[in-house]
Amino acid sequence: MSPILLAEQILNGLQSGVMLFLMAAGLTLIFGVMGLINLAHGSLYMVGAFAAAAVAGATGSFLLALIAALAAAAAAGAMVELLVIRRLYARDHLDQVLATFALILIFSEGTRWLFGSFPLYLDIPPWLAGTVMLPGGIEYAAYRLALIGAGLAVAAGLWWMNARTRLGIQIRAGENDREMIAALGVDISKLYTLVFAIGAALAGLAGALVGPIQSVQIGMGEPVLILAFVVIVIGGIGSVRGALVGGLLVGLTDTLGRLLLPELFKLVTDASGAATIGSAFASMAIYILMAGVLIWKPTGLFGARA
Amino acid sequence: MSIKSLLAAVSLAALASAAQAEVRVGMITTLSGGGASLGIDTRDGFLLGMKGQDDVEILVEDDQRKPDVAVQIADKMIQSDKVDVLTGIVWSNLAMAVVPSATAQGKFYLSTNAAPAQLAGKGCHPNYFAVSYQNDNLHEAAGAFAKSEGYTKPFIMAPNYPAGQDSLNGFKRFFDGDLAGEVYTQLGQTDFAAEIAQIRASGADSVFFFLPGGMGISFLKQYAGSGVGLPVLGPAFSFDQAILQAVGDAALGVKNGSNWSKDLEVPANADFVSAFQAEYGRLPSLYAAYGYDTAHLLISALDKADPSDADAFRAALKSADFDSVRGKFSFDTNQHPIQDIYIREVIKEGDIYTNKIVATALTDRSSAYVDDCSMK
Repeated sequence: MSPILLAEQILNGLQSGVMLFLMAAGLTLIFGVMGLINLAHGSLYMVGAFAAAAVAGATGSFLLALIAALAAAAAAGAMVELLVIRRLYARDHLDQVLATFALILIFSEGTRWLFGSFPLYLDIPPWLAGTVMLPGGIEYAAYRLALIGAGLAVAAGLWWMNARTRLGIQIRAGENDREMIAALGVDISKLYTLVFAIGAALAGLAGALVGPIQSVQIGMGEPVLILAFVVIVIGGIGSVRGALVGGLLVGLTDTLGRLLLPELFKLVTDASGAATIGSAFASMAIYILMAGVLIWKPTGLFGARA
Repeated sequence: MSIKSLLAAVSLAALASAAQAEVRVGMITTLSGGGASLGIDTRDGFLLGMKGQDDVEILVEDDQRKPDVAVQIADKMIQSDKVDVLTGIVWSNLAMAVVPSATAQGKFYLSTNAAPAQLAGKGCHPNYFAVSYQNDNLHEAAGAFAKSEGYTKPFIMAPNYPAGQDSLNGFKRFFDGDLAGEVYTQLGQTDFAAEIAQIRASGADSVFFFLPGGMGISFLKQYAGSGVGLPVLGPAFSFDQAILQAVGDAALGVKNGSNWSKDLEVPANADFVSAFQAEYGRLPSLYAAYGYDTAHLLISALDKADPSDADAFRAALKSADFDSVRGKFSFDTNQHPIQDIYIREVIKEGDIYTNKIVATALTDRSSAYVDDCSMK
C-alpha cells in the first residue's frame, strides 16, 4: 500500500468525520440543553438536502441553495419544537422516541408528497468541481477539501458561540441547571426553540453539503442518524467538543477500517474471501470502537454525566 | 336523479364489478421509502399492461421494502383476499421471504424483478415464474462485455449481501482474467471515497460495480468528481430511467448490461414506450418494462385457462405466448427466461438522460442454475 493511498484515506476519514460532526453537534446540543432524544434529526438533514436541491435547480446557485437549506431546516426545526417537542420535555424518553419517530414518518411522506419518489439532482458547483493537487502528489477532490474546511469553520463558530456569546452562556447554564436559569429570568422556552433551530440548521447544512456527492432521496437521513448517535455516545452526551472528536474518530476508524481490514485478511486467506470477511469486520469497526470507549470511559470522552 | 338513487346505482355498479372479477391478482411492491421509485414503475408498468382487463381484480399494497411487512401482506392477500396470483416484489430478500410459502400454498408467483439464485436452482417451484431475468444475468453480460472489450484488469465492487455476491460471481463467470481488486462495500453505504482511492491506487483499467438505488447515484457522482476517469461498467440498475436524472452528467458514456432498452426495435416495445409516456408523462424504466411484460404474460395465460385449473394455467404460463417488449422470450425448464442480453450506453437526448443499445453481450442466455432445478 502506497503512502499516497494512506494519506488520501486519512483525508477521506477527516471529511466524513467533520460531516458527522455537523449532524452530531446539533443532536448533542439538543440533548445537552433539553434532555431530549430527537430521532427526527435525520429528517432535518433530509429537509436541508431537498431544499438545497430545489433551490439549486431553480436558481442554479449553490450558495443560495446552502442558505435555503439552512433557513428551511431551521424553520422546520423551530416549527417542530413549537408544535410537538415542547409538549415532550416533561415526559420520559420513551414518549420522546415515539413522538420523534412519528415525525420521521411524517417528514418522509410529506417530502414524497412535495417532491415525488424519485431522487433529486444536486451537483457540485462548477467552481468546486474537479481535483486539486496537494503537496506530496495527492490528487484530491476539491469539493471534499471544501467540506473539510466548512466543517472545521462551523466547529470554530460553535466554539466561539459557546465560549464568547451571551447565548453560549445561557446554553451552558441551561445544560447545568435549567430551573435555576429560568428563575434568573432567562426566557427558557425561547432559548429551547432557538437551540432546536440551531441544531436543525446544522443538520440541514450537513444534508445540503453532502447532497452534491450523494443521493438526495427520501430516507437519506436515517443511516447518518445512527452514526451520529454513535458519535455522541463516544464523544460524551451533551458535549460539542466531544461531538467533534467523536466525529473525527468515527470517520477515520470507518474509512481506514474499510481499507486496512481486507488487506489484513489477505495475509491469511485468498483475495475474494478477504474482501468478504474484511468488509464484514470493517462494518463492525466503529461499534467496537464505541464499546472500547465506553469500557474505558462510561460517560464518553468528554461527557459529564452518565 | 337524487343523491340516494345515485348512491344506490354506484353501489350496485360496485357490486356488479366485484361479481364480475373472476381472477384476483395481488401486487406486493415498494411504494414508500428510499426504494419507492422502483416499485412505482413496476406498478405503473403492470397496470398499463392490465388496462381493459375488467374481469381481473388487482390489489396493490406497499411492502415498505421490509420482509416482515411483505410476508404479512402476502398472508392477508392469500387468506382473506383469496388472490390467485401474486407479483411485484422488487427486492431479493423480500422475495425469499414471500415466494416459497406462497407457492407452497398453491398460489402462482410471477416475478417482475427479484430472481435470486436460490429460486432458480434447488428452490425452483412449478408455480414460480421469473419474467424479468435471473439475478446474475445482467452482471454476466457486463463480464462478457469487459472480456470482449479487451479489459485486462477490472476493479469490481458490490455491497456485502447475497445479491451483491451473486453480482460479482456473475461478472467473474464470464470474465476469467485477472482482477485489479475486488471490494465488498456495506449495504446502504453512501460515501465511496475510500473505495475510489483504492481504485486509483490499484492500477485498474476499468471499473465494474453493482450498487442498487441511491448507492449507485452517490458512487457515480463521487467517481466523476475524483478525476479517476477509468471506463465504468455495471448492470442496468444504476443507470436506469428511474435514477439517471439524479446522476446527471456523471453517468454519460457508462456501459451497462440490460435485457431491455427503450430503443429496442420490437413493435411491442415501441407501443409500450409511447403508451407509458402518454399515460404517465415520463419515460419507462426497466422495472416498468418487466411489469408490463408480466401483465401480458398473465393475460395470455388467462385467455387459455383459469387459475383454478392449476395444471392448465401453469402450462399456459410456461408457453409464454405473448409479445414481449424484449422480442424473443421463452421459459427454460426452471421457468426463468431465455433471452438476449445487451450492452447499453448512457446518452443525453435533449435534456433527458437515457440509454441506447450498443452491443449484444449474450445471446439466448438462460441461467447458471438451471441444472440444479429438479423440474425438467
